[in-house]
Amino acid sequence: MPELGRAALVVTLGLALYALVAGAAAARSRRRRLAASAQNALLAAFGSTAVAAAVLLAAFARDDFSFVTVMESSSRDLPLGYALSAFWGGQAGSLLLWLLLLTAYGAAAILLNRRRARDLVVWVVPVLAAVAVFFSLLLVAVASPFQSQPAPADGFGLNPSLQNPYMMAHPPFLYLGYVGLTVPFAFAMGALLAGRSDERWIVATRRWTLFAWACLGIGQLLGAHWAYEEVGWGGYFAWDPVENAALMPWLAATAFLHSVMIQEKRGMLKVWNVLLVVLAFGLSLFGTFLTRSGILNSIHSFTESSIGPWFLGFIALVCAFSLTLVFSRLPLLRARTKLESLVSREATFLYNNLLLVALTLTILWGVVWPILSEAVRGESVVVGPPYYNFFLRAFGLPLLLLMGIGPLVAWRRASLRGLLKTFAWPAGTALLAGAILLVLGAGSSVPGLVAYTFSAFVLASIALEFARGTRARRALAGGTWPRAFSDLVARNRRRYGGYVVHAAIVLLAIGIAGSSAYDTVTEAKLRPGQELAVGGYTLRYTRLTERPAANATEVRAVLEVRRGGDRLGTVEAGKNAYTVEQQVSNEVGIRSDFLRGEDLFVIAEQVEPDGSVYFRVFVKPLVNLIWLAGIVFVLGSLVTLWPDAREERRLALRYDDARVPASE
Amino acid sequence: MTALALVLAALVAVTCVVAVALPYLREPEPDDDTLVEPGEEGRRRLGLAEARDRALAALKELELDHRTGKIADEDYRSLVGPLRREAAEALKALESGPGRGD
Repeated sequence: MPELGRAALVVTLGLALYALVAGAAAARSRRRRLAASAQNALLAAFGSTAVAAAVLLAAFARDDFSFVTVMESSSRDLPLGYALSAFWGGQAGSLLLWLLLLTAYGAAAILLNRRRARDLVVWVVPVLAAVAVFFSLLLVAVASPFQSQPAPADGFGLNPSLQNPYMMAHPPFLYLGYVGLTVPFAFAMGALLAGRSDERWIVATRRWTLFAWACLGIGQLLGAHWAYEEVGWGGYFAWDPVENAALMPWLAATAFLHSVMIQEKRGMLKVWNVLLVVLAFGLSLFGTFLTRSGILNSIHSFTESSIGPWFLGFIALVCAFSLTLVFSRLPLLRARTKLESLVSREATFLYNNLLLVALTLTILWGVVWPILSEAVRGESVVVGPPYYNFFLRAFGLPLLLLMGIGPLVAWRRASLRGLLKTFAWPAGTALLAGAILLVLGAGSSVPGLVAYTFSAFVLASIALEFARGTRARRALAGGTWPRAFSDLVARNRRRYGGYVVHAAIVLLAIGIAGSSAYDTVTEAKLRPGQELAVGGYTLRYTRLTERPAANATEVRAVLEVRRGGDRLGTVEAGKNAYTVEQQVSNEVGIRSDFLRGEDLFVIAEQVEPDGSVYFRVFVKPLVNLIWLAGIVFVLGSLVTLWPDAREERRLALRYDDARVPASE
Repeated sequence: MTALALVLAALVAVTCVVAVALPYLREPEPDDDTLVEPGEEGRRRLGLAEARDRALAALKELELDHRTGKIADEDYRSLVGPLRREAAEALKALESGPGRGD
């Protein structure tokens, strides 16, 4: 019943408009019931959007092709899981997911803060509502997921590359990240609209920002794994604009998560922090615009796109509004403290921020330049991996080093004596690791060797931090070593959870350096019975098989794998021919060696009618550390996000002492 | 629009209208309909409480850094004094401020 979906979205639009107008009026005229009514409107908007989403999800589950969206991205043979994930496969469905998550975040943020930070929430509601108005207006008037038609016998099916388990989780996580960045943006703008200079908006949004940032990170890793398995070119990240679209807000949010600590601890960088929140939110909108407007295909498809100009207009409006507000409130945001020394923890955070923002803007330029070039000069320009890799090394390697330096440097100022003492072990470990790697032949790639040496430095500094902290905790409170360790982490969750996340980034760096700088590749056309050798492995092509699957025919070349004299089993690579979609996909064969961390990666590029196959085979050292990094990243994020009762009591005491109204 | 869709859509709309009107239905004639917000004094006190917490957190960090050997004794002594003064000043200002809130 598309009518119910359409009606629910119209109700959402009405509620969002009401929350915007009534919320702004209530905040200005300080009317309590009107403010509560506007908040209720946003809560109800989540309910009505959920109804619309349920209608669309049910249509996908029932193969109801009277919905144009369902016809365009599903089919009768499509397994149920993929049929449900086709919800966000199309433009309109993905916009509905945006709105659903936005109203869910908004409702949760209001429910959790309407008592604890009531005076601030009053101003946050119209900001959240304004974003909800934009998306609901798009869904009602421009790109409705509820366009209906007489139902055809079958749908067009789902793009084969999207028929992968990782694609069922990758977009929702990315959207949880993109949309989640609306919450810190709304609270920051709300605080400025209220004319507040305190840090309540930061306290209220700390976990929301971390959650959104963690989801965006997880979403990108899931996407990288999908590309590795499904796209079939032998890599996991290609600096594609769609990948960059998710990376940019993540980098901006990473910068914010670091710089906000300087504001909390030293009362500095207030303007910078608000600007970073605006940048992260603006980039999350820009990312959605890039992936959904059609602009990446060509400037012409953008001008023909129904939502592109709307998005661009909204992004311009958000930027103009935010920057005007920030500059009109500059006197409120003036810091009372100054950087005491260029060698201090806050200074390393500042350097980290400058590098992160520089990397973000460089990537942004790489994405925007081809679009501008085509729009202005009519020439299509390609900004490829060499551009991005250059800046990744230029900014990424110093960032990696700073991850090790930061924890070792004291706040406010560090003396040479203190630095020598704390740097001795990590620096010694790094130099030793670098020398050993050089002897082992890692000097064939200088950036790779530098990345490994810096990684050793960071890991040593993190290990040292944990060891010294645990020893100090045990000396203070006694007990066993494990108890002292868990107490240390529990009492300083952000610090030590952050170190775990740093360890994840180091694993990621080692995995990327290993798999890209030291990989081996061989290509050969083989007939059954012939062999090829690559990176210590010998592969013998034994046979070609063909079998039917749920909605495709699978053709697989079977290869026996040996290393030295050991038989390691078989690996299969081939192609899937999808019947409904009339498309063929590459299905790679991967044999992972978790002890070595490396993968044997086989692509059957071309299958000839006579049974011979053109193979491309990679050996990718340490690539599995990238996926391990994902698990460590989740662990570190959970430690950081876990509620801290002591912190809650301290904050309650703060607001009690200040006698800021905290309850109705 | 089918009849069922019409009924369900009407139900969604009515529920939402009731939710929006709820504050007025609950309190048709309240004694006071004004939002309580912190005034100048409330904001000043909040700033002081934040400064106090910042100084106390910095002291905690300094103690931890000192115990873990990241900060030498001499550096610790030069840093701890100003931090304690900052915390004490914020505490004193909070205690001696005119009134507690608005």
